Amino acid sequence: MLVFILRRLFNAAFVMLAVAFLAFAIFRVAGDPVEMMANEQMTQADRDALRERMGLNDPMLVQYGRFVANAASGDFGMSWRNGQEVLGLIGERFPATMELVLVATFLSLAIGLPLGVLTAIGRGRWYAEALQLVSIIGVSLPSFVVGILLILVFSVTLGIAPAFGRGEVVDWGWWSTGFLTHSGRAALLLPSIALALYQITLVMRLVRAEMLEVMRSDFVKFARARGVPRHRIWFLHALRNCLMPVITMTAMNVGSLIAFALITETVFQWPGMGLLFIQAVTFLDFPVMSAYLVIISFIFVALNTAVDIAYAVIDPRLRETK
Amino acid sequence: MTDPATQPQVNLPADAILPSDGPDGRIARWRKSDLWYSFTRNPSAILGTLVLLLLVLAAFAAPLYVPQNPYDPGQLDLLNAEIPPIWHSDGMWPFLLGTDTQGRDMLSAILYGSRISIVIGFASVALSLAIGLMFGLFAGYFGGFTDTVLMRLGDILLSIPTILVAILVSAVARQALPANLREIGAAGVLVLAITLAAWVQYARTVRAQTAVERKREYIATARLLKVPARRVMFHHILPNTLTPVFVAATLNFGMAILTEATLSFLGIGMPPSQPSLGTLIRLGNDFLFSGIWWVVVFPVIQLSLLVVSVNLVGDWLRDALNPKLR
Amino acid sequence: MRLIKGLLAGVTAVAVLATPVWAENMIRWGGKRDIYSLDPYSYGDSYTIAFLNHVYEGLVRYNDKLEIEPALATEWEVVSDAVWRFKLREGVKFHDGAEFTADDVLASLRRVSHETSPLRGNLPAYKSATKIDDHTVEIELTGPYPLLLNDLTNIHIFDEGWLTANNSELPTDVSAQVEGFATFNTNGTGPFRLESRVPDSKTVLLKNDGWWDTPLHNLDRIEFTPVTSAATRVAALLSGEIDFTEEAPVQDVARLSAAPGVTVLERTDLRTLMVGFNRRDQLADGRDNPFNDLRVRQAFELAIDKDLLQKRVMRGKSRNAGTVVSPEIPGYDAALDEFPAADAARANALLAEAGHEGLPFTLICTTDAYVSEEDICNAMVSMLTRAGFKPTLDIGPTAVQTPKRSSGKADVYLIAWANEPMLDSYSILVQMMQSKTGTAGVFNWGGWSYPELDTLIVQASTEMDRDKRLALQTQALKMVKDDMIMLPLHQQPIAWAMSDKVESVVQLADNKVRHWMTRMK
Repeated sequence: MLVFILRRLFNAAFVMLAVAFLAFAIFRVAGDPVEMMANEQMTQADRDALRERMGLNDPMLVQYGRFVANAASGDFGMSWRNGQEVLGLIGERFPATMELVLVATFLSLAIGLPLGVLTAIGRGRWYAEALQLVSIIGVSLPSFVVGILLILVFSVTLGIAPAFGRGEVVDWGWWSTGFLTHSGRAALLLPSIALALYQITLVMRLVRAEMLEVMRSDFVKFARARGVPRHRIWFLHALRNCLMPVITMTAMNVGSLIAFALITETVFQWPGMGLLFIQAVTFLDFPVMSAYLVIISFIFVALNTAVDIAYAVIDPRLRETK
Repeated sequence: MTDPATQPQVNLPADAILPSDGPDGRIARWRKSDLWYSFTRNPSAILGTLVLLLLVLAAFAAPLYVPQNPYDPGQLDLLNAEIPPIWHSDGMWPFLLGTDTQGRDMLSAILYGSRISIVIGFASVALSLAIGLMFGLFAGYFGGFTDTVLMRLGDILLSIPTILVAILVSAVARQALPANLREIGAAGVLVLAITLAAWVQYARTVRAQTAVERKREYIATARLLKVPARRVMFHHILPNTLTPVFVAATLNFGMAILTEATLSFLGIGMPPSQPSLGTLIRLGNDFLFSGIWWVVVFPVIQLSLLVVSVNLVGDWLRDALNPKLR
Repeated sequence: MRLIKGLLAGVTAVAVLATPVWAENMIRWGGKRDIYSLDPYSYGDSYTIAFLNHVYEGLVRYNDKLEIEPALATEWEVVSDAVWRFKLREGVKFHDGAEFTADDVLASLRRVSHETSPLRGNLPAYKSATKIDDHTVEIELTGPYPLLLNDLTNIHIFDEGWLTANNSELPTDVSAQVEGFATFNTNGTGPFRLESRVPDSKTVLLKNDGWWDTPLHNLDRIEFTPVTSAATRVAALLSGEIDFTEEAPVQDVARLSAAPGVTVLERTDLRTLMVGFNRRDQLADGRDNPFNDLRVRQAFELAIDKDLLQKRVMRGKSRNAGTVVSPEIPGYDAALDEFPAADAARANALLAEAGHEGLPFTLICTTDAYVSEEDICNAMVSMLTRAGFKPTLDIGPTAVQTPKRSSGKADVYLIAWANEPMLDSYSILVQMMQSKTGTAGVFNWGGWSYPELDTLIVQASTEMDRDKRLALQTQALKMVKDDMIMLPLHQQPIAWAMSDKVESVVQLADNKVRHWMTRMK
């Protein structure tokens, strides 16, 4: 058990080191930091001095080591675009993205689960097939298109929800929340729907597939033969059996939702990490880009590792297979 | 994992199960197959296939019949800008779906745009398939060090969300290209970006399948007969791993088109001089309130149709080829 | 469960959103982009400086007719050819309560003229400053110079004690990898003080109750939110989420004007958009530079159909230009403000005559600097292609494109010049047309050098008689036109849009927002 957990943690650490190397490589390979920072009047001597001061003349390995050490202590340097410390910039925006992702995750379960059950138990009926078709359209529409359509319908035509931003936020320590004000909650509405749509269809399809499989299993057949009422079978046995994979997928997908939020954030001008990242990409603000990459991957890897370990704790058989 | 015994072809050499052109020809065999049967019973799959075929044909034959080459700036004229679709009272022949703010014919633009989207989607899926199959086969067959290295590489890529990989590669590679190559290279950069984000999935699938196949009797026999490893891998193991990979590839084709559109929408994809569907939507988005709805609505419809039809086919293939759901 | 309730409450709250209940007068300003910093000396960006003018002030300022009037200085005199004496306003307090004195002026001038300051070019003739007494300073210049007051309108004054206490005596140096205190904090004397700022999200200003001047505005609070997408900005204004924007997209002006409760205020800008050419001996790729041939530049002009651009892309809202300055700018001459009608065939013939048919080159544009720039550049590419050029468009954000332009790697580029804050044609002549030497020619990105033109400009810089000086400048502008150093396109339109909660704003030709003159209903 302990060996398994240690091995998973070691694995995660290795992956993070490699991601940090990628982030470091982007920073160094894609552009000469000195050329991007220097203003035009700067002389060659000043440039060389700056290069030395930033440690760009040291061997690559030393620079990489320094990058990892700094990153581990939360120091990602300064944004080239607005001269602020990168970690502070990302930290300011972290709550905005997380609240969006949390609401979207909640929506995906609240809507995806019932729809999934419905399509499974109604397999072959017209409404289930129609929902299946709608779910395919749901995975096929790019989320920026969904966002644009939502703005067009709900903010411009009907005027019932804000088109951009986060509304009023309340500071709660270092966390700023939009849950506590009316305008904050209203502003969450459209972006969280846009972000959740894809996830809703995923949950729905997963629930359907799992339900169908469970309902073919022997114990359900047996229960049916014994005369257990159908709705009892559906909700007590079948649904309970497919909750585990759904929760696993939801937990693991939080990472990719955070990443996908960058599209939603761009469309709705949501002041989160994703918008910051996209702006950094267009401005080639490499410190922000690499920090975002490292932080998102960290969340991703941490979630995956946690899920793996949790599974191993619950189900000892998994410990044997590497 | 399904019980190997339920798969009838396992003890036969792969060549034997491939259809051959005997008296009982390919088409006849195909029509008797389960796949064809499930296809004829699935209206959404039929619809998806028809729409997809139509869109692909229309896009690739576009240069033969559309009024304009939207990629030739010499053919765009501001005098023709913002003409509404033909059914509108201000509509004008030959601009069936109207023109955009540059005088670009919308029909020509969305057809050329779909062509780019399809080419980029197809090329990136093909490339990631090739890389994924190669890596997966080698890792699964030889195991050991090769396996560890390749799979660790996969671990790393999988720990970064795919959209992020695509954005970073696209942004960095564009910057690395000299300015005069940036337009020509844009499509290539996109293919590279999407491929890098996608190949791991195939490699993993193939590796798992290969590791299973490798332990089978027919492989052991082939090895005893000193059949070269390359031949064993490509002639015997590979065909047996293709089914799940093929399903994944179909669904990923839709994803690749979406990724391309997203990158172009974010402004790090195809340039405005060779607009893909995503670029057209980005450009049109600035005119949402200006009364020229056609510059954004038609690209949106075309993109949605394209991806929906691909996914309908992919969805059917997945269910039809999944032994559990038969 | 509580989350569901919260969401439901959110839905019902939307109705409330349309009519927020504020006891105070607040203007919600949706800007076209965020300001880069709170430090007015850290980026030479006029949008940032104009915003910070709400918080910081200069020794003098423009009034609502763009005339110079006293601000932190009450009177001034020219002591000798190169020395000016300023009497400072007494009883002025910074937002933190510190007294405004001569030391503050000295510290600010030291900071802005430091060699790492990107704003140094805005004070080209400055040499040194000395304190006479607590409320008198003398500024020494490099020579006789007529435009010092114009320059000083945009040199914001910091508090010396505050700069020293926070280790910010020098301009923020991004390369030093240290956050500048003034990047996040402000301490000015202006009509508003900073309440909070989250970059890219929201910057809130509050009324400065202790302002020395009698306010013309009736605002208590300004909420500045950057909304970079043009469509979102329009949506936000239509749905009442913002009260004001200084950049309504030209394509949406018609719809906004027609919308109930929205007013659009339009005029043409002082800013002239123009095309610049690389004029070094070789282009960046090593070719002999074809743009040194006047016929090629003339062919370029004939290829661009300005009337069509004006009518279609700018929707009739821009003003076509034949000279590089707008009519409001002193030194402008109507005789120069003419241009030949577009003629693709003649352009083609000229290009052939010069031996450059099918001339390949890269046109550098930005996505975020000028009105409808992406559309203009795309249209120019079509027009040039039809006239026998072979242009490639390289378009990106200003931050990425500027290094390419300023380092001379661009073949052809767009740039606009408003003659800000000097409001005199000397500005464009010294900063863009003169050969690159010292503070002159900072924006001479094409690297040209016309000794005769340089002589004229230097002559004008020391001519204290206004009429004679303007005559010299007009003569210089004629040389610019005759040799087509830059190809002017148009003065771009200004379109401000606001909801009916705004009673009045003051819109001037320099397109700067001055909410210290804004009144709400």
